[in-house]
Amino acid sequence: MTAALEVSGLHAYYGESHVLQGVDLAVGSGEAVALVGRNGAGKTTTIAAIVGFLRPRAGRVLVNGRDLTGAPPHRIARSGVALCPQGRRIFGDLSVRENLALAARPTTDGWDEARVLELFPGLARRLVVRAELLSGGEQQMLAIARALMRNPALLILDEPSEGLAPKLVGDLGAALLRLRATGLAILLIEQNLTLATAVGQRVQVMSKGAVVFGGTPAELAAARDIETRYLGI
Amino acid sequence: MSPELVFQQALNGLSFGALLFILAAGLSLVFGMMDVVNLAHGAFYMLGAYVALSVVQRTGSFWLAMVVAPLALAALGLVLEPLLLRRLRGRHLDQVLLTIGVSLVVVDQIGVVWGREVRSLAAPAGLDGSVALYGGDYPLYRLFVIGFGVALAALLSYVYSRTKVGMRIRAGVEDAEMLGALGVDTDRLFALTFAAGAALAGLAGVVAAPVFGLQPGMDLDALLYSLVVVVVGGLGTLGGAVAGSVLVGPADTFGKVVFQEFALAVIFAIVALVLLLKPTGLLGRIRIAR
Ligand SMILES: Nc1ncnc2c1ncn2[C@@H]1O[C@H](COP(=O)(O)OP(=O)(O)OP(=O)(O)O)[C@@H](O)[C@H]1O
Ligand SMILES: [Mg+2]
Repeated sequence: MTAALEVSGLHAYYGESHVLQGVDLAVGSGEAVALVGRNGAGKTTTIAAIVGFLRPRAGRVLVNGRDLTGAPPHRIARSGVALCPQGRRIFGDLSVRENLALAARPTTDGWDEARVLELFPGLARRLVVRAELLSGGEQQMLAIARALMRNPALLILDEPSEGLAPKLVGDLGAALLRLRATGLAILLIEQNLTLATAVGQRVQVMSKGAVVFGGTPAELAAARDIETRYLGI
Repeated sequence: MSPELVFQQALNGLSFGALLFILAAGLSLVFGMMDVVNLAHGAFYMLGAYVALSVVQRTGSFWLAMVVAPLALAALGLVLEPLLLRRLRGRHLDQVLLTIGVSLVVVDQIGVVWGREVRSLAAPAGLDGSVALYGGDYPLYRLFVIGFGVALAALLSYVYSRTKVGMRIRAGVEDAEMLGALGVDTDRLFALTFAAGAALAGLAGVVAAPVFGLQPGMDLDALLYSLVVVVVGGLGTLGGAVAGSVLVGPADTFGKVVFQEFALAVIFAIVALVLLLKPTGLLGRIRIAR
């Protein structure tokens, strides 16, 4: 089966600064992969290069086996990749319902407004509210719900637990596990190692613009030097 | 001032405000979506007026001109955005400089094609008379301009708040990159936005022609006033364009009556005051002085 996402030898720059230095990363079809690493390791930049926000200078991005290196964001989105970005980036001026409608790409038996509201019931009574009036937790739910409205084959989440209260992080983990069970491929960027290892069937560790470790959560737990060298606080 | 004069000037101010709204709505839309202050907006306005002049000369129909001129400007916008502006995406200052260049070329070509003498365009039949209103005769066409401005504001507000394209525009004004990640072709949306902005400028040119005539320099007047309106009202929102034009139109008209040649000082006093009290403009979301 072709992988949902295959990134190889990715190099990307912000102006002169060489941020991605040969990133290799793969997410199998229906697989959940966690990408962890310290602040500034290059996780968000990797995502930016995958979804078309930033044009890589070298390397390849294959989505479902199709080469989409350097393609514009809408083409990557239309090939089945949905992003729940760092900082949520919901449209605050639009209502919750409009945020969802904007992203909608209906398929039979797929995600629609009713189904994302089943997953995040808290949003149901906020539908006509301007999204900027939502709480941080509600905004995060909306950002995930909006991505699901695309009916993606691959869902990329960039630090969804950032700024959430511990109870909400637990709810988030449960929701992500439910999504994983539907066979959706997931790439989860996280600083919260507990969440990353609970959701990710494999964990990739990133440092200084490259992936320096890859393995199952058990293998990561066994490799204690990795945690202290690349993740320790 | 007699009450009759105040009443007349108030109507003049409102009809000027309605014109300013048509003009500023396009400028504000393009800025909100693309972060580009289109300094060719005045030239587009001027071109709209001259295209209308030709249409009226050929066909005798002002109403046809009101359709053809905006379409012609939309076509120009659809060509210019991908051809020129898109190449400088993300380089806002360069894009603004580019629009100055476009403006110079357009204005110069208008001079070549239509000449540089002052021209006039008659109001359409039926609207060329005047009506008796509260102690004086008032030109019917100016009342039409007020009504047209209000109707256009209502239409644009409907499109903004109720249609899919309006939803995309509002989302794009906030975060165009994210909109792209949701599958919307933002290159196309930008081209259409720029074309719509140019069409609105052209439409303003047609509507204004029977009031102000056609002459060299009209592009700069239009640009100046539309910039003032969007700065006062707030860039990037339709409500801002409405608020700005409703304030600036009457203020300028009464300023001219009271202070004559110092009217411009009144306008800039308003700009300074608004920016001092509310740096985003009355209804804007974007800070102008960063
Ligand atoms: N727009 C930008 N322009 C210039 N440099 C940037 C930009 N965005 C990020 N960087 C730099 O690139 C490096 C990688 O940043 P990136 O945002 O990818 O890290 P990250 O792993 O996502 O970190 P975090 O966990 O804090 O989100 C950092 O050194 C950062 O300072
Ligand atoms: Mg990040």
